[in-house]
Amino acid sequence: MKLSAWSRDELRARLASGGLCLNTGPFISRIRTRIPAVVDGIALLYADNAVAPDAPFADFHIALSQPLGLRRWYKPQVLFDVDRAVPFKPLPLNQALPLLEWGLNWCIGIYAHRFLIVHAAALEKNGCAVILPGPPGSGKSTLTAYLVHNGWRLLSDELALVSLQDGRITPLARPVSLKNQSIDIIAKAVPGATIGPRADDTAKGTVALMKAPTDSQERIAETARPAWVIFPRYTAGAEAVLEARSKADTLIELGRNAFNYSIHGRRGFEVLARLVEGCSCHTFTYSNLQDAQSVFAALAAQPRPAKQASA
Amino acid sequence: MTTLPVTEGTGSLLPALLRRPGAFASLSLQQWDLVIRQALRAGILARLCFQLDEMGLLDAVPDRPRHHLEAARTVAQKHMRDVRWEIACVRRVLEKHDISVTLLKGAAYAMADLPPARGRLFSDIDFMVPRHRIEEVERILIEADWGSAALDEYDQQYYRRWTHQIPPLQHYKRNTVLDVHHTIVQITARDAVEADLLAAASQPLGDDARLRILAPADMVLHSAVHLFSEGEFDRGLRDLLDLSDLLRHFGNQPGFWEALPARAEELGLTGPLHLTLRYVERVLGQPIPEAMREARRRWRPSPGKRVLHDALFLRALQPDHHSCHTPLTGFARWLLYVRAHYRRMPLGLLVPHLLRKSFHRPPEEEEPPRVLPLRR
Repeated sequence: MKLSAWSRDELRARLASGGLCLNTGPFISRIRTRIPAVVDGIALLYADNAVAPDAPFADFHIALSQPLGLRRWYKPQVLFDVDRAVPFKPLPLNQALPLLEWGLNWCIGIYAHRFLIVHAAALEKNGCAVILPGPPGSGKSTLTAYLVHNGWRLLSDELALVSLQDGRITPLARPVSLKNQSIDIIAKAVPGATIGPRADDTAKGTVALMKAPTDSQERIAETARPAWVIFPRYTAGAEAVLEARSKADTLIELGRNAFNYSIHGRRGFEVLARLVEGCSCHTFTYSNLQDAQSVFAALAAQPRPAKQASA
Repeated sequence: MTTLPVTEGTGSLLPALLRRPGAFASLSLQQWDLVIRQALRAGILARLCFQLDEMGLLDAVPDRPRHHLEAARTVAQKHMRDVRWEIACVRRVLEKHDISVTLLKGAAYAMADLPPARGRLFSDIDFMVPRHRIEEVERILIEADWGSAALDEYDQQYYRRWTHQIPPLQHYKRNTVLDVHHTIVQITARDAVEADLLAAASQPLGDDARLRILAPADMVLHSAVHLFSEGEFDRGLRDLLDLSDLLRHFGNQPGFWEALPARAEELGLTGPLHLTLRYVERVLGQPIPEAMREARRRWRPSPGKRVLHDALFLRALQPDHHSCHTPLTGFARWLLYVRAHYRRMPLGLLVPHLLRKSFHRPPEEEEPPRVLPLRR
């Protein structure tokens, strides 16, 4: 059942009583909140997600609430908790929706060690996944937001979940976090995109969340085999250029960007080494999104070797 | 057969299961939802994974809860690798100076491969060195890139003057924390312990005579005094399980149950041992051999005290999870905190110390770091 099947009143009531079990990729998150902006945000951004009215088991039990006391009125704040433990300091109330996303990411980073979790976006076409690692400012989210409306399926914007068994990527398909100028760029370049309210002055500047396209939810059970690792680099005015990158360097960089790489020890290295072995690795400089799309389309059209990433 | 509580608010499912581990095989998903959270909060999720695996029950656990159990085990295995590595580093640094190091608690379990090591999470590494060499050890470790963790002058002085250890040392790069002790109980405590007695009975770990662990009875007594005198019970159930594991493990060795009461009397630790046996039996349902009966009768506190102990410890030894809290849990934990301090220091020291602690709060912890360090 899709979340959009519920009326706003029903959604509000369920979120208030803690009975909303939302499927977010492979995880079930039980969410509790009474904050109106979060209720509206969930209704908008998670409309296509599956919900279970009474899921017996949830992976994460989270709540967003307003601290009691003076803070209720004076510079109101929002508090995130996981099963009543509070991992971060409260944030200004206008950041409640981004905090939900950061909190869910935190839960995955801390608990979901059945995956190797790489800080990267991941997209899919024809069963093949491209992994886009990139520090803030590399244009990773902007590129992701554009491509998932132009021929690619969203697997994840922030966390690429790599299976320890077969190296495949499990989709998370949560909202894409757009920052600063990229909010307007995407609003203009992708008229069909659903973009939530802007939260100003966050640690990452202004943040707005873009809803994951409907097909990414409908195909949430389909994993994908990594075929490319591409490090995007937005450079103002640059031509779209795809360059080969050494596998050794790609491996080291992916390891540096994997949240739980050291937790997995030798196994983490082996999983990444196999992944890099089965991928073609590149650096991608770009400034224009349409040019970027052409380069990616050409890449996807090339025949891929039949070799499995797990081989 | 008692029925297991089913949902939130119906009490402590986890301890009920620990008494009858076979029942893990027939839990509903709804019960797993609660068990995973209680075990995570109690710090025993990874231990549970090992236990279920040994019992052949892990594969039958439904996927979602099993993923959480296995993830916790993965983290615990990382902690184990790190602790072994760190101890090897400490050993290498101290080797040249001919200083014998007696590993304590988790570090000892890990290096001696004792049952409480499986699934254990470490916040620091504890070891003991002879008191007359502790300053030298501190200097050597500081030269080798461990530094005093940020503490104010008062805390520094407090550790050095009144406790059984120097202020914790933190590695500047790896962030691991060493707790270097010269005995096992605070020197101002009512049950202060002669460190020489412990050192004399300690046992070499493998070939290296300078890397040692406490004798079995002493290890149990240290674990007992740590649980029942430290005053912080957020990991109380975990510590009780450690004791249960140790008693089961050493209990198979000939002479252990005869040596234990005598040693407790010699070291003046009959109180903590009595509490250990009582709650290992009452909370975890572990039978205690007849051999202990006579000694236990001798150490038994007055009936009034027993009622009070039960009221406090039976609450504090539950997982520190909201589903296990009764209206009096918070008060019980607070009383035990006060009791521990009262037993640790004479009032003339305690009152100024607690006053100072209540007015000088340490700065709040920053956001959690990206990877899990050993520090709590």
